[in-house]
This record gives sequence, structure tokens and C-alpha cells, in this order.
Amino acid sequence: MNEYHAGRLHGIWALTKRELKKWLKEPIILFMAIIQPVLWMGLLGKAMNLNEMFSSSNLGNINVPNITLPGSALIPASSGIVTISGSALSSLFQNVFGNLGPSVMQNIFGVTDYFSYMAIGMISFIVMFTTMFSGMSIVWDRRLGFLNKVLSTPVSRGAIIFSKVLNAALRAMFQATIILILAVIFGLQVSSTFNVLNIFGIYAAVFLLCVGLSSVFLALALRSTKQETQMAIVNLINLPLMFASNTFYPISMMPWWIKSIAQVNPVSYLTDAVRQLTVLPLDASALMLDFTYLSIFAAVVSFIGIALSWRYLTK
Amino acid sequence: MSENVIETEGLTKVFNKHLKAVDHVNFSVKQGEIFGFLGPNGAGKTTTINMLITILKPTEGKASVLGFDVAKQNVAVRNVIGVVPQEYTADEDLTGLENVLLCSDLYGIPRSVAKERAADLLKLVELTDFKDKRVETYSGGMRRRLELACGLINRPKVLFLDEPTLGLDVQTRTATWNYIRKLKKEYGMTLFMTTHYLEEADALCDRVAIIDHGKIIVVGTPEELKHSLGGDIITLNIKENSDVSDLIRSVEHVKDVKNEDGSYRIKAEYGEVTAPFIIEVLRRKGYTVTKLMLTEPTLNEVYLEYTGRSMRDTEESAEAFRAQRLTMRRARGG
Repeated sequence: MNEYHAGRLHGIWALTKRELKKWLKEPIILFMAIIQPVLWMGLLGKAMNLNEMFSSSNLGNINVPNITLPGSALIPASSGIVTISGSALSSLFQNVFGNLGPSVMQNIFGVTDYFSYMAIGMISFIVMFTTMFSGMSIVWDRRLGFLNKVLSTPVSRGAIIFSKVLNAALRAMFQATIILILAVIFGLQVSSTFNVLNIFGIYAAVFLLCVGLSSVFLALALRSTKQETQMAIVNLINLPLMFASNTFYPISMMPWWIKSIAQVNPVSYLTDAVRQLTVLPLDASALMLDFTYLSIFAAVVSFIGIALSWRYLTK
Repeated sequence: MSENVIETEGLTKVFNKHLKAVDHVNFSVKQGEIFGFLGPNGAGKTTTINMLITILKPTEGKASVLGFDVAKQNVAVRNVIGVVPQEYTADEDLTGLENVLLCSDLYGIPRSVAKERAADLLKLVELTDFKDKRVETYSGGMRRRLELACGLINRPKVLFLDEPTLGLDVQTRTATWNYIRKLKKEYGMTLFMTTHYLEEADALCDRVAIIDHGKIIVVGTPEELKHSLGGDIITLNIKENSDVSDLIRSVEHVKDVKNEDGSYRIKAEYGEVTAPFIIEVLRRKGYTVTKLMLTEPTLNEVYLEYTGRSMRDTEESAEAFRAQRLTMRRARGG
């Protein structure tokens, strides 16, 4: 007879430890999880060189013809006909665009280089994919009978779900760290307001979205016994979740119907929070809004998730 | 507390509002016995076990384990039972020892105690040499033994075994039976098991309940069940030509005698005891027995008698099920 008492935290930690052990034993899984956002960073962040597109160097080959104007068009007006040489104009345009380009980037993205903008988006990317797999893993646990075995032990039902959430959060936080380090190596430029303590802010934001999203995916996975179904569902959700957000492009430039999705999409709030903490000059009120939204999302969704899991796990 | 370890009363489980998997089942399991649920796939064995181990809620009726109600006091039940599920539930990526320690964590057993118990249990199931190897390298028999070790980590009073030898080869199956007997002897616990192998029920169980379509058809010891068919068949021949039917009929426990051209077909209870008496009676009257054959009814005949179907018909689908599961496991590994 078991004379010991299985505490709530004890159970959560035991189950989380199991998943972390599995994860650490297969470095290939970590590698595969990291390689995809790194490829995105390289191929999209570096190759799609938006700041270069807006820079003056692209104007070098433009041959501006001489322009002839009536003197009255000038300020102050002069008499007769005035001719401005093309070479003078083209150096003038270069000058104007040279200044205009970065400020257009600055206005649209908030930073002057696209790479810094999208590299932060990859943190959201990693959160989405890690939480998606936490949903998959409960389908596996069910299929292999592990779930039933755990259900026959005194461990709390909530602990089973929460250990999955916690595991996803810990993984995502670790992977986000690697992504950030790689991004800095590839040339991420942090803003002047960045300080080391901001990293804890990043972790907090990542944790909140992980709790929220893995609750969604777990709730979706609870009734499904086939991994194919689950795979189809998460793929269906992940694409719009990623592109209808500020992960790659700013929301302000989107048509109204994507904008309305992006504005309620929690991924946008994580991305913005991390950008505020790294590449953007910190806007405290915007950051507050991000954290409030993420906290409410995490609280509401995990409450629903745990309520549902309670129902489905006690058949 | 009554001496019955498990008691059920009208236990019923209905899935999707119309599928009656278990239909008003009543039985009780006594302290210290091995109680077997025998029936084909889909008879309701696993559903019954799942209700007893509190992972399914009964739709109707009651069940208690060691006096705890499975629906209302489920945490108390979970603490006193051990479960060896039908599937291999051990985590393939972890080692044997890590798996046992994971189970101990789920019961809240402190690490120092858990380590000691894990070492003892792994020794009991003869996995000490493999404890640091990943479970994916284990054979079917080893995995089954590991499941046993996991199921025993909380020193359960009652152990539930769901198809403990499903898919194992004959030798491994016999070895697993020996472990189960050893457990019963060493820990004095009560075992509740399901099986669709007749030999298994016959070899292991003190009492057997035959279940079909969610209903218990008959309960008794394997011997009782076999005798309930009216006994064994003794076939004998004598050297002499005279009819000795009446003489044989006078022997105790003999129920029926038929003379088929000098070969006597005798239906008798306790055939192995009755046969020597018959020979003795015949010899005293001067007859010489030239040939004797004793056929004992097996549980298969019992099953046939009560359900009208042969148990063997259902075994093929179990193999198919197992093959499917293996494929899935490979898919996961690849």
C-alpha cells in the first residue's frame, strides 16, 4: 500500500522531467527545431534585403536627363529659361533617397534593417511549433497507453496537462535563447534601450504565449487518437497564425481583413513584446499592453484547456 | 472491511449512449486469489478493468476495491492498486530504471525509498543487468516484466493485469506466468487479470469468470467449470466379449456408459480418480482391461458449452491487432 502522498508539484515535475529527458537524449530533435527558423532568418531575413531596396545605391545607374524649366517656376523666381544638369539632379536624388530609405524603413518596421525585424519574429515561430508538438505528444501518449497508465496513478489530472504546457514552455525558452544568440551573430542590431534584464522579460512573454498556445493545442488533441488528424489541424491553424501577425510584416500595412485577425492574434503581441525589449526603442505603454494581452490570453485559454481536459480525462 | 477485495454490483458501462460494453456485472474477488476474466476480444474485459482502476466512470452500478468506491474515492483506490496495462506503456526513450523511477514519482514515493524498491523489483523480474539500457532495445518479454515492476512500485494490495501475455511466444508466456505466481506468493497480493488465452486462465487463475458480450456467463474455479460439463470421458476396452456396462455403471461418479462395439465410452466426474476404480472393479470380476484413454474437458469446451462459440475463433484477430500495433511502433521509431 502506498503510504506516500503524491503532491501536485511532484507529479508535474516528474512528468515534465520525463519529457525533458527524452528531448535531451535526442539532440537531433533540438537541431531540427532550430534549423528551420535559422533557415528562415537566412533566406528571408538576409536575402529579402528590404533596406537595400530602399537605399540610394540602387539609383546609381539612373540617367537623369537635363531638365529645362521656365525661370518663373523657381523660388525665388528668375527670368528666362533655366536648365538643371542631369548629373546634378541624380546626385540630388541619391541624397534624398539616401535619407528617405532608412526613414521609410523606420516608419514601417520601426527599425532600419529588415533582418532585425524578422529575426525577432522567429521567436514567435519557435513558440508556435514547439507548442504544436506538445499537442502531438499527448496523442502519442494516448496511443501507446502511457496516458492510461498515468491516469491509473494518484497523480492529479491537471498535472498531466500542466506538465505538457511546462515542457513546451521550457523548450521554447531554451530554443528562443539559441535563436537570439544566432540572430546577434548574424547581425541583429539591438536598440539603445536594451539592457540585459530585458532577457527575463522575453522569457516571461515566451512563457505566457506557450501556456496559452499549448493549452489550445492540447485541448484540440485531447479527443483525437490519430496523429494524422492532429497534424492536419495544427497545420491548418499555424499558417494563418504565423502570417496573419506581425511576424514578417507590420500589421499597419495589411488590408483590413488580415489586420483584424492580426490585431487579436496573440502571436502579434508576443512578437511586439520581444521587439520592444530588443530591437525597438522601448515603449513602456505598448509593452504593458502586450503583457496584459498575453496574460489574459494565457489565463483564459489555459482555464478552458484544463476544464476540457478534466472532462475528457475522466471519462 | 469485508474479506472480498473487489466487489461489483450491477456494474455497467455504456459508450455513446447505446453500446453496452459491460452489462450489469456482479462478481467478487477474495483476498489473496488470482481472479481471471476470460473472454474474446470485445467482450468487455478491458472496459471492466478500466472501471476498476478508475480510468473509466461506470455508467451504472457500483464497484469497490478494498472497500473504496471506484467512482467516489478514486484517489484512494489508485493508491492501493497496481496496474499492468495491455500495452507496453514504458517510455522507449528512457532506460528501464528511469521508467520505474518515473512510476515511483507518480505515486509520490521519495527518491531514496524509490531507488531501493526499484532495485528490488528489477531484481525480481530479472532486469537488473539491463536497467541502464533504453527500453527500445528490450524484447517483448522484458518489456512485459518491466511493466510488472512498474505496477508493483507502490506495493499494491491488488494488482490488475490486462492481458499479461498478449502477443508473447509460448516460452515467454510460461516465464511470465512464473513471475506472476512468484508475485502472488512473495507479496501475498490479490490479482485480477483478463485474458483470452484458455491455457492461461487454466494455469494461473484460482477462479475464472467467463464474460461474453459484456455479461458474466459463469464463475468458478477452472476445475468446477470443467466438471460442470458432466465430467471426463474415459474410453476403455476389455479382452473378454461380455457386456460390462452395468458393472461400470455401479462405480461411484460414473454418469453414463455406452458400449460401442466392445469399446466403452464412459462419462465420469473426476476421471483421473474414477478410472483406477473402474479398472479395479473389472479386475476383481476377472476381466482384463486392454486399453484405456482419459480425456479431460478443457476450458475451450466449457467456453463452447456456455457461449456456443469456440474461443479459438477469436485469437486470429488478436494477432492482427498486435501486428498493427507493431507497425505503428516502427513508424514512430523511424
